[in-house]
Amino acid sequence: MKSSALKHIRTVFASLVLLLFVFLFVDFRGVLGDKAFGPILHLQFVPSFLKFVIAGVAASTGFIIVLVLTLLTGRTYCSFLCPLGILQDVISRAGGLVKRRFRKYGYKKPYTILRYFILVITAALLAIGGVYVLTILDPYSTFGRLMTCFVQPVVLLINNLFAGILGKFGIYSVYHVDIKPYELAAYIVPAAFLLLIGLLAFRYGRLYCNSVCPVGTLLGLLSRVSLFRIRFDEDKCTRCGRCAMVCKSSCIDFLNKSVDLSRCVNCFNCVDACRGNSMSYGLVRLKRQQKDSDEPDSSRRGFIAGSLALLAGGSQLLKAQDTTPSPAKESTVREDRLYPVSPPGSSGIEMFTSRCTACTLCVNACPTNVLQPSTSQYGFAGIMQPRMDFHSGFCNYDCTRCSEVCPTGAIMPLMPEAKKLTQIGKAVFIKENCIVNTEKTACGACSEHCPTKACHMVPFEGSLLIPEIRDEICIGCGACEYACPTRPFRAVFVDGNPIHEAASRPETEELKEVPTEFPF
Amino acid sequence: MKRRSFLRNSLGAGLAAGAFMSFGGYKNAFAGKPLPSGTDYDLIAVMGGEPAAMFDMGIQALGGMGTFVKKGQKVLVKPNIGWDVVPEKGGNTNPALVKRIIEHCYRAGAKEVLVFDNTCDNWIKCYKNSGIEQAVRDAGAKMVPSNSESYYQEVTIPNGKKLTKVKVHELVLSSDVFINVPILKHHSSALMTGALKNMMGVVWDRSYWHRNHLNQCIADYALFSKKPNLNVMDAYNVMMRNGPRGVSVADLSNMKSLMLSTDWVAIDAAGAKLMGREPSSIEHIKLAAGMGIGKMDLAAMNIHRMKM
Repeated sequence: MKSSALKHIRTVFASLVLLLFVFLFVDFRGVLGDKAFGPILHLQFVPSFLKFVIAGVAASTGFIIVLVLTLLTGRTYCSFLCPLGILQDVISRAGGLVKRRFRKYGYKKPYTILRYFILVITAALLAIGGVYVLTILDPYSTFGRLMTCFVQPVVLLINNLFAGILGKFGIYSVYHVDIKPYELAAYIVPAAFLLLIGLLAFRYGRLYCNSVCPVGTLLGLLSRVSLFRIRFDEDKCTRCGRCAMVCKSSCIDFLNKSVDLSRCVNCFNCVDACRGNSMSYGLVRLKRQQKDSDEPDSSRRGFIAGSLALLAGGSQLLKAQDTTPSPAKESTVREDRLYPVSPPGSSGIEMFTSRCTACTLCVNACPTNVLQPSTSQYGFAGIMQPRMDFHSGFCNYDCTRCSEVCPTGAIMPLMPEAKKLTQIGKAVFIKENCIVNTEKTACGACSEHCPTKACHMVPFEGSLLIPEIRDEICIGCGACEYACPTRPFRAVFVDGNPIHEAASRPETEELKEVPTEFPF
Repeated sequence: MKRRSFLRNSLGAGLAAGAFMSFGGYKNAFAGKPLPSGTDYDLIAVMGGEPAAMFDMGIQALGGMGTFVKKGQKVLVKPNIGWDVVPEKGGNTNPALVKRIIEHCYRAGAKEVLVFDNTCDNWIKCYKNSGIEQAVRDAGAKMVPSNSESYYQEVTIPNGKKLTKVKVHELVLSSDVFINVPILKHHSSALMTGALKNMMGVVWDRSYWHRNHLNQCIADYALFSKKPNLNVMDAYNVMMRNGPRGVSVADLSNMKSLMLSTDWVAIDAAGAKLMGREPSSIEHIKLAAGMGIGKMDLAAMNIHRMKM
């Protein structure tokens, strides 16, 4: 096929995919139902792979579909389905519009060592049960963080502008949503990637995808032998170089009439640009295949083998490091958490941190803002992985939305009734901080918010009541901590359970008789 | 359409409730049987019916909604929608009651009726799962957001002991008529929540109250010039323990009662009594009565009791 329709189909399809994914991450009103997330995210390679391999969800077959698709058609995924890839196309397009000379397209050599080094490191770390590098490099998650940190606030700003204007006319269907920034350190990783990817895309098209992205490199290994591919018709080619000038992957060596299929992302710009009908996309030709299999790159192979060997040993060292933060000993009026709190459905901190790629989709989907990107709470390796922050909100008793939207299986689906008995942490009362004790006035905001009455009021001095915690029915939702009015330290806080436990059901007994006459 | 369906509903309810019931609006109340005007009673207490029917009966005894709402006025109805719980849990004001109050307002000629609460749980979930959003929509009124500080304006409380400044929802300031519709419940902080305590849902920063002598702040707020013109207390299913959120329906006592009063201390005193407590044992009621905000001595009140 050499129709220029290919490029247009790609542009339209990719635009729709990008819009859908942007919406997924900025949908602050929860327009998309819980069930919509699964199908949309099914084909995202890394989340699907993790859900299948680490979380053991057999139905998570999206990555297999992507692998097969790549074997058949090349890196179609990168141009049609990867939101970060499509975003880069938009940025490089903008680069071309601003000033054509900014765009440094044209054939370049691949950064072979870099890209295989990253792939090998990623794969090796995954093999020992950590997602550390993936957390940072998974393209879907990187895209998600960019949306969460930089795009959603802009969307909210626009929303609030409209809400302000419409509110003046008594129209409240568009409502104001306060923009609550995350901890400053949570912006470091997304900002660095925005800068890196933005600049690379602006000038060099898909250089990031072909040098850094581990998914791109992996699919590139398969696309070398794909059934369908970009082909040169050597007889027709006049070596005009138009194809190379529009190639975002800089992978067309028009002088040698060859395409580096490991880097080609099937954008079809070259097919569209070629005037002599010598560029086309179609079934591999036997003749070309022989020519494609260039002489073995011994240095590359040696490097891969060497890296693997190195990591096999090194992995044991890394494994020794505990992923959960070590417990602090001292107990003071400062609300010192021994453990951070991972969301319900994650089973525990270690399970969670070894599966979550920090796409932050749950952070956006959470209706109460209790899920916040972490900075150092899970340790350095867990940066950006969401944690329950009870100063930002508390976990709604009946809500299981994060577990519904999580694409990697880091937060597994939880039935509402099971969630209400899942103890993610336990409330700890600090009497020294409590208003009732310090001011000798009534408070009880904590107990007021407690859905199970694990935090209940017991007689104190005079007629005053003071909180008391019943661990066994506490689920760690953090309503008490959120509501507690003392500052800077709260009088009640939730300490995480490293491994989630089962809470007991709150007891109920029947009430006495109901009055049938007014007692006044 | 709305008016017609309302008339149909109230006609049905009227037949069931007997001669007390109105089916012609407040004008008939004055034209027909001579009924004392609202000011003669300190408290109207109704027992034994469904919330909406009890309200029909109660408001009739006060001379109909026309006593409070005039033609073309903007009415704020403030129920308790604090929690993301279904109506059966008794954590929020009964939606059928809210709906009926709104219908009465429109029938009395209200230009618009607005409803909001600054909720404890996520406001969207509270509005929806309480059934109140739907009830309000069905009655033709509007739910107003409460989730952002931008909807609140700072006002001063003259003579407040602990609470001198507070940010209140703009609707409290901009409405002509303010109808306070609390649900009677046990409360872990204030021991009881009723009409006075319901005002914690019209302010932005509740935690200030908790930090600074909660009960005094509740009483202080009642000094604010913009007071409810009418208080309607839902005591149909009364949460006797584990309040204000409730743990299970076993916490509820099916009292099937409703009270109306222009005196919010009086209505809270009656609520306390209904829950088996002396009004003076509820600190904020005692404080408010002491500050001259209202009466709490039930024995000295002119109470109109009705059974259905």
